Amino acid sequence: MKTRGIKTETRRKIYQLAAALGFNLDVVSLLKGRVSQVPTKGLCLPALNCYSCPAAVGACPVGALQNALNSFRYNLGAGQKKLGLYVIGSLGLMGTLAGRLPCGWLCPFGLLQELIYKLPLPKIQIPAFLTYLRYAILVFLVLLLPLLALDASGLGWPWFCKWVCPAGTLEAGVVLSLLNPAIRSQLGFLFAWKFALLIIFLVWMALSMRPFCRTVCPLGTILGFFNRVSAFRMTVDLEQCIVCDACQKACPVNIKIYKNPDSSQCLRCLKCEQVCPTNCISHGFRLAEKKAEYPARAGA
Amino acid sequence: MNKRRLLFFGFLFLSLILITLGLLGGEFRVVWQKAVTVCLECIGIG
Repeated sequence: MKTRGIKTETRRKIYQLAAALGFNLDVVSLLKGRVSQVPTKGLCLPALNCYSCPAAVGACPVGALQNALNSFRYNLGAGQKKLGLYVIGSLGLMGTLAGRLPCGWLCPFGLLQELIYKLPLPKIQIPAFLTYLRYAILVFLVLLLPLLALDASGLGWPWFCKWVCPAGTLEAGVVLSLLNPAIRSQLGFLFAWKFALLIIFLVWMALSMRPFCRTVCPLGTILGFFNRVSAFRMTVDLEQCIVCDACQKACPVNIKIYKNPDSSQCLRCLKCEQVCPTNCISHGFRLAEKKAEYPARAGA
Repeated sequence: MNKRRLLFFGFLFLSLILITLGLLGGEFRVVWQKAVTVCLECIGIG
């Protein structure tokens, strides 16, 4: 069992590293200090990877969604049928196929949080009420404010990117201001605010496991809604489960998988499966239920 | 057909329809144009 665990965790780290590199492959643009212009940047990536990172070769779906919403009314008024359907559909497709699997296996910002958490510092639990903050952030900063708070021309702002996103500050703000003197000369209060927020998150990452994913990330929140319908799923054989809670102790988001395998917080990292002493937890892309095992229900 | 499977195919179908309509409406280029321009908000200027 131990060998299986090590193999899975190593495989996950390889996937995370490969995704971090694969999503940011344009080294030439990075060296030149300009944003990549590759044709694939119209594709929404299944991860929170800022498209203003000079090396990014795809679009951040959260940034793309906000930009679709903040120009929604303008486009509607101008008779243009550019209403963000492609971005919404892309998010739906990711969620329907994999749920939060990309959070656990592909997201570069998730990988960063896991690496920083390895620092030998005292660890603190995240209070449960803070995990609800992500819903407010999604509703207000990603959906409502970009859609409703408009300037005189009828255009809005990507509020989450502008005021919160530490991934954007790290991957784009810090990198571009270091590489590009023209950008560096324009930094002001907003950058100072976002940089302070980034520092707070970096410190929190060393103390708590994946604090950004659990309390803020709008992409994880959207994909989490799909955990209960996605093709990728976790199942728990309740007949074999001895309720030892080894799964909860190993879980980065502190959930009891046997109570709800479809929890919107579950990152699908499979750590629970690796530590389960009875091997009653399994995963896979499947819609039909196996005869030998059945999915546990919420509150079971 | 169980409920999960029904929802899965429903969301899958809807997502593919939205993507197709978006692509036909030229939205891939809209996303691309935004993504190849420095996002001033993201870097703390705008």
